[in-house]
Amino acid sequence: MKLSLGPVLFFWPKQRVYDFYEQMLQTSVDTIYLGETVCSKRRELKTAEWIELASYLAESGKEVVLSSLALLMADSELSSLRTLCNKASLKIEANDISAVQLMSEQNLPFVCGPSTNIYNARTLKLMQKNAAMRWVMPVELSGHCLKTILKEADDLGFGDKIETEVFSYGHLPLAYSARCFTARYLDLPKDDCRFSCINYPEGVEVRSQEQQALFNINGTQTQSSSVYNLLGEVAEMQEMGVDMLRISPRADDTAGIIERFKAAIKGESQEIPLSNSACNGYWYAKPGMDLIAENQLDAGRLSC
Amino acid sequence: MDLVCPAGSLPALKKAVDNGASAVYVGFKDETNARHFSGLNFKEAKVQSAVDYARAKGVKLYIAVNTYSQPDGWDKWQKAVDVAAGIEADALICADMGVLDYATQKYPDLNLHLSVQGSSTNSESLSFYKNNFNIKRAVLPRVLSLKQVAQVAKKSPVELEVFAFGSLCIMAEGRCYLSSYLTDQSPNTCGACSPANFVRWQETDEGLESRLNEVLIDRYQEGEKAGYPTLCKGRFEVEGRVYHALEEPTSLNTIELIPDLHEIGIKAVKIEGRQRSPAYVEQVVSVWRKALDAYARDPENFKIKPQWAKPLANVSEGSQTTLGAYTRAWQ
Repeated sequence: MKLSLGPVLFFWPKQRVYDFYEQMLQTSVDTIYLGETVCSKRRELKTAEWIELASYLAESGKEVVLSSLALLMADSELSSLRTLCNKASLKIEANDISAVQLMSEQNLPFVCGPSTNIYNARTLKLMQKNAAMRWVMPVELSGHCLKTILKEADDLGFGDKIETEVFSYGHLPLAYSARCFTARYLDLPKDDCRFSCINYPEGVEVRSQEQQALFNINGTQTQSSSVYNLLGEVAEMQEMGVDMLRISPRADDTAGIIERFKAAIKGESQEIPLSNSACNGYWYAKPGMDLIAENQLDAGRLSC
Repeated sequence: MDLVCPAGSLPALKKAVDNGASAVYVGFKDETNARHFSGLNFKEAKVQSAVDYARAKGVKLYIAVNTYSQPDGWDKWQKAVDVAAGIEADALICADMGVLDYATQKYPDLNLHLSVQGSSTNSESLSFYKNNFNIKRAVLPRVLSLKQVAQVAKKSPVELEVFAFGSLCIMAEGRCYLSSYLTDQSPNTCGACSPANFVRWQETDEGLESRLNEVLIDRYQEGEKAGYPTLCKGRFEVEGRVYHALEEPTSLNTIELIPDLHEIGIKAVKIEGRQRSPAYVEQVVSVWRKALDAYARDPENFKIKPQWAKPLANVSEGSQTTLGAYTRAWQ
């Protein structure tokens, strides 16, 4: 089972991005996804610079995939997407069906990102026929659903033709909007947002009036405030035939997290470092914010 | 432009048909559609009466099978498509590619519309659905500005339908998991957002509280109008400030955009609200019918009439309306 580094979902200064990826080259990740997936106004790195960075990282021997924007609303965004997708030498993560269209019409391999809405084996098969080489399960689906989809894929005879990746660690991307919630928080119009996301390297926390942490505002994206953590489920995923686990970058200690997952894959880690700010409910078909501890699990938990 | 109207029950459908709908959309009584609320929607047996009533008056019937099928329940989605095809629905509104694929393979003549839950916001994405499933129409998510709608329309390979009035989703539909994050049920998986069985109201010393799966969504002081705790419309705290961090309770109303939408080439406008009462359907549909007819009669001199505004405001969330993402200022 391999490890991937998801695209940085936050808006970081250019130098920080470069330094981050230099550091990531030294870690155990097998695959690096990179690129702007949230907001086209974030242009510390322009499309050409992302492509250049990707090409440089690919020289390390790690697999490198360019991640595309999730919500495309303007013609200018489509034309940037075309630039990305026409770089035939690089793989693309499609986070919108527009990218699926552009890659499949060239019959080039691509990854179906977590927002492409693959909820069943029939859809997965269609994507595989359209040249998808890997898919990332939607974050709200459970382990039980995944198991069933993978079994059906085998029954339909295409299970070995597409790889499966699971979002396993990080703030969960939960929603995309035309509205920028960071600008709204700062009372700025979106058209004059002053690129304020750059001041929040891991988003802005939204709490209930009772101080319960709920969401994480990241520009036009809303994330879970809690950090999804499937470290305790690595063995189960291995058994299920999951090919790749995705670590979503955080502002601090992403390298440390990667090595803990690496150890878990090797069967070396017995420790389950779940804190109060972690969640894993989605995996157990519970509310995503829930944290199901090892001792609460029972045989009846896996209903879809 | 066609006026596509909601019906969660036969009485609501009759109101829509009698008050000027061009088409009415309905769903079945299960999680195969995006308004899976208790007491709502049509049993298979009832849907035939709906078709009969609509057809007798020259109105079309669309059926929404627009949630995402999960492995354990495929037979429900398959059956929903079979029933819709069996009664020769004028259109089947779908989002899930598995469902679209099944419908295309089994019923090649079935008229397929891409649901707003399909989350298709640009021409390349629409081309994928056209090429793979031969959809004839798509409903655009409520995230595009008017200018962007025009850009999409210019290159769209299919007819376009847009939202005209009703509850405002502020997230790109089909890609919002906020509800399942708090409750385990989302529009995609179960056809429910902020489901009623997780809602709790409580009078406390600090005010009337609305909760969703025990999470405090809002707290109302005396005299404040309380709204359904749809989680994106709650009052939350961000770095010490309490406000509607995502959106206020408000409804979309685009009546003033009728001339623009027509010029852009939009084929149909959609009223949201299958979960609303027959009275809501009657009021909203009749005002929109009058507005569309007024525009058709004399497009050059189209003006909003004051008598249209009040009935629409009365049935709007928080009694206020917005143009939503159609204007950049909202974004």
